[in-house]
Amino acid sequence: MTQHVVNVLLSGIFHASILFLVAAGLQVVFGVQKIFNLACGSFYALGAYAGVSAVGWYAGAGGPPALFILPLALAGLAVGAVGIVVERGLLRFVYDRDETFQLLLTFAVVLMMEDAIRMIWGTSPRSTSGLYLTYGQVRILGAVVPVYNLIVIAASLAIALSIGWLLTRTTFGRIMRAAADNREMAEALGVDMRRVDAKVFTLGTALGTLGGALVIPATAAMSEMGVELIVEAFAVVVIGGLGSMRGAFVGALAVGVLRAIAISVYPELEMLLIYLIVIVVLVARPRGLFGGAAA
Amino acid sequence: MKGGLVVGVAMVAVAAAPLGASTYHVLLMLPFMAYAVVLLGLNLLFGYAGLVSFGHALFIGIGAYTGAFLTTHGKVRSLEVILVCAAVLGGLVAAPIGALCVRYVKIYFGMLTLAFGMVFHTFVLKFYRLTGGDEGTPFLRPSLLGRSLDAMPKIDYLIGPYYYYSLAVLILAVLGMWRIVHSPFGLCLKTIRDNPAKAETLGISVTRYRFYAFIISAIYAAVGGALLGPPTGNVDPTLAYWTHSGNLVFMTLLGGFASFFGPVVGAFVFIYLQNWVMSIVPYWRLIFGAMLAVIVIFAPQGLMGLVTRRRPVPASRA
Repeated sequence: MTQHVVNVLLSGIFHASILFLVAAGLQVVFGVQKIFNLACGSFYALGAYAGVSAVGWYAGAGGPPALFILPLALAGLAVGAVGIVVERGLLRFVYDRDETFQLLLTFAVVLMMEDAIRMIWGTSPRSTSGLYLTYGQVRILGAVVPVYNLIVIAASLAIALSIGWLLTRTTFGRIMRAAADNREMAEALGVDMRRVDAKVFTLGTALGTLGGALVIPATAAMSEMGVELIVEAFAVVVIGGLGSMRGAFVGALAVGVLRAIAISVYPELEMLLIYLIVIVVLVARPRGLFGGAAA
Repeated sequence: MKGGLVVGVAMVAVAAAPLGASTYHVLLMLPFMAYAVVLLGLNLLFGYAGLVSFGHALFIGIGAYTGAFLTTHGKVRSLEVILVCAAVLGGLVAAPIGALCVRYVKIYFGMLTLAFGMVFHTFVLKFYRLTGGDEGTPFLRPSLLGRSLDAMPKIDYLIGPYYYYSLAVLILAVLGMWRIVHSPFGLCLKTIRDNPAKAETLGISVTRYRFYAFIISAIYAAVGGALLGPPTGNVDPTLAYWTHSGNLVFMTLLGGFASFFGPVVGAFVFIYLQNWVMSIVPYWRLIFGAMLAVIVIFAPQGLMGLVTRRRPVPASRA
């Protein structure tokens, strides 16, 4: 029994750590730029495919399997650069428009990215064969857990802490919070919002692509993974509260673990349960559990 | 009266299409007419009430599955009965959802509708014993005006009786919506969109009017959804997926949300362009995504905005 519970909890937390990265990307962008980025799921998919390619290339070049996580994470971060292209190339034109148009523009990015991925990597699922268990498995209270899952959970925690540090302890973090609070005032005080926008959006994108890259040893990359993940990430930020980092953390944990429980208890419920919680939260607390707090 | 002339010519062209155009193009008119009905309703929310729903595929799904259920499990084949049931069910489902959603505007309205849409999508996907899961449910050929047409070859049925039936439904939908948006109710909606606070002080109940608009748009979407079923003969959960909702908003924007016929034009251009692009390259999303980006950035008034120049883009970021 404990074994089963630990299994379910840990797989839920693993999923939550990935979800947190994507949701955190969504949150920084929403917090500072007030844009709800539907494309964050597509960035996640892009990171996943880039990760598969990087690891494949690395294995082909004869790199030691134990270090595969390095090219994986680097590839994930590197393709985050697409964020600056999307921001400078598209989004900056609509900052002063109604948020409907901003939302639709990110939907346009969703459509484009989905086919761009199909063009580059094809339509069949891609996976990194066999690397998942490179680091072996450990027994925790009777449950067998892949060490890789624990590494990802630790990495995600570390990233959560560094985002917290970035936001509260650095100049750039202070600028981000100021801009999230009052854009015009930040600009009036001499902040170059164009650079902030570009940096923030790239940061948000890189979090998403990194999340995609890190999930890939545990699953296969598929072209629909992006549009599927966005609804989960969306559930996370709604439960946690739009724009709040703490909210992303708690929301990701809630969605990840609840989903794992639902799958093991009554599989039909799976996402249905999550959406129902989203609706309850939106109705009871439209700003989410941590809404209203600064980014 | 130039507008009236254009509409008249378009109507004659649509009515005469089965006589002249190729079967392929006539068949494409069927989803166009179904989507036109859906979008007329969606635009009551988007263009007239200023609320963007990212979950309207839910109501398409309701309509389509109503028809599929009645024909496969219920032994009801009359399309009139199906359309009435779809409309009633769409309205009934929309009532609690609308009551919750219209309390919010902008991004929160969009997110809440998206969540409801996904609830329905997950439901039909997961409860496969009831709905057939991702394989969907067959939509058997409905009878029209009490006449069973099962003996007819499928193509003849679709480009003949079914085509004119769809056209009749579309014309009724257009007339109905024209009445709605030109009634005091429609004017109140526009007032609410442009200035909710002022509307409230003028004695217009903002949430109640938004609620009614939501219900009407859901009924339109359900009727259009039911019309989508017979041409393919099958309905599946992708009809209710969130990207489908996104495409609906895309079509509306493409045609022009600020104009009455904009959504109809949008549906037409979207359907034909999509088929044309897909016949050349498999990557229609890439091209359509780029197109949507161009429209959002350079022509937010859509195609109709290029032809008619009336009012400027409403409401910049508050």
